[in-house]
Amino acid sequence: MSATMQLPTEGRSLLQNALMRLRANKGAMVSLFVLTLLILAAFIGPYFIPFNYQDPDWAAFRTPPSLSSGHYFGTDQNGRDLLARTLYGTRVSLIVALVATIVAIIIGVSFGAIAGYFGGRLDQAMMRFVDIIYALPYILFVILLMVVFGRNVYLLFAAIGALEWLTMARIVRGQTLSIKQREFIEAARAAGVKPLTIVFRHIVPNLIGPVVIYAALTVPEIVATESFLSYLGFGVQEPLTSLGTLIAEGGKVMEVLPWLLWFPATFLVVMLLCMLFIGDGLRDAFDTREHMPK
Amino acid sequence: MLRYALNRLLSTIPVLWIAVTACFFILRLAPGGPFDGERQLPQRIKDNLAAHYNLDKPIVEQYFIYVGNVLKGDLGPSFINQDFNVAEQLAIGLPYTIILGSVAFILAIAIGILAGVMGALYRNRHPDYVLGLIILTGLVIPNFLVAPILQLVFGLKLEWLPVGGWGDGSISFLVLPVVVLALPHIARISRLMRGALIEVLNSNYIRTARSKGYSSSRVIIKHALKPALMPVVSYLGPAAGFLLTGSLVVETIFGLPGIGRYFINAALNRDYGMVLGTVIFYMVLIVTLNLIVDIVYAWLDPRVRTQ
Repeated sequence: MSATMQLPTEGRSLLQNALMRLRANKGAMVSLFVLTLLILAAFIGPYFIPFNYQDPDWAAFRTPPSLSSGHYFGTDQNGRDLLARTLYGTRVSLIVALVATIVAIIIGVSFGAIAGYFGGRLDQAMMRFVDIIYALPYILFVILLMVVFGRNVYLLFAAIGALEWLTMARIVRGQTLSIKQREFIEAARAAGVKPLTIVFRHIVPNLIGPVVIYAALTVPEIVATESFLSYLGFGVQEPLTSLGTLIAEGGKVMEVLPWLLWFPATFLVVMLLCMLFIGDGLRDAFDTREHMPK
Repeated sequence: MLRYALNRLLSTIPVLWIAVTACFFILRLAPGGPFDGERQLPQRIKDNLAAHYNLDKPIVEQYFIYVGNVLKGDLGPSFINQDFNVAEQLAIGLPYTIILGSVAFILAIAIGILAGVMGALYRNRHPDYVLGLIILTGLVIPNFLVAPILQLVFGLKLEWLPVGGWGDGSISFLVLPVVVLALPHIARISRLMRGALIEVLNSNYIRTARSKGYSSSRVIIKHALKPALMPVVSYLGPAAGFLLTGSLVVETIFGLPGIGRYFINAALNRDYGMVLGTVIFYMVLIVTLNLIVDIVYAWLDPRVRTQ
């Protein structure tokens, strides 16, 4: 085939093309590097620090950041090492984001794929349901859930994830509508494969591209939501901590102990910035429309 | 047009009904009641309290009583602040929230559109980059972080503006809260506006208008602006919702006596009646705003109506 077409270079798959475009995107690559560092620091860093996030250092209360005392980020009013707390908070924020994103993907993909594949009345009813929930301010629901069921971290994961799946469901449904017209689906149907098996064995694997892109765009949103809830006092509770909780505490004493605000704030902003750039980069790289010749 | 509006109006009913029902049952699922305090109350007082709040009736009947009352505009009693019922507390807080929200809303639209147009006209030149940077900051830095930073700089260091509170209600007390509330929306609106205007300016009919020799400003104002505004208009409905949730943080940080702070306090104190009432009130407000935006959208874009 290549002999007849005389291509100047070897053929590249869509994925290879996309990865090349992603690699050419400097912002996204730098962000990926910084985010990897942050993740490593959050998960491995605590083992290299002589302090942990909850025990006070009785010799050092409210100490500003310094190299000599060993508290590189200083300590808080209770003598707890801020570096350890910030790393721990970053870890909590990352875990919440990961779990909530997975919950959102599972619900959104199943919901959207089923609605799109079966179509008809079922589709209409399911998408109408999504529309209705979409119209509601979900943060209020999350707060309501936290009030009713107590401030439980696991519930927080589930609640955020369970409310972030709506856009995912819409995107997946749209993709499914076009995939189900393809020949291999017809072949599967002709071979007598059960409808649900077709959905999960043949359609869902083909959705990976858009799902990954949208998930990458969802993660920073969830991190921000978690920090927002923790800031208001509905999220992660003492002695556990998250970046939102740390910022809330730091904000109260910023006049006298400013480092308690600046360090967690910098971590949060850098993390969000990196995630935003990576998400945008992925979208640009995989969105083939932008690269079509006009 | 009227038919479209009526249709849209009817479609809000299931939304509100589901919202009220979901909120009601979530709250009733809660383990323990609002009166299980530290101090054990005598059984008879408990019974009286339960009877007063209709808690002794079967849950389905409670539900119908509650929905009936909500339809009459009665959001029920507050469980903590017994001197005021929910509607009265909302009425106290509402003016502050409305002022804060509407000023921020108008500011976000005005500055957002202006910045977006500038970004599109100076595309990939210096003003565009500067704007892009500001937009990015607005998008990435959460409002609960912007607020203390602004308080620190303008309130404590420079002493130009009050750090918080409502004071005598003069503009100086409004500046910081409004800026914090509007910032993310300025960012989003200008982003939408910039993208849409660039797309419109590349379209064929704009080239036609240009080729007819119209001046650049006339082409932009008379031909390009209206179609480019469509994404912005469709964003305004969700934006109204985000403004309300934003006002939760802003009112808490700046100590403003609006509904958002009542809601947060009620939620932290487990004042179930107040939380439920406020959520329902917010929903009605947001659904109404969405409805208005949709109708305006249909009025601007005839294609929506005929779908």
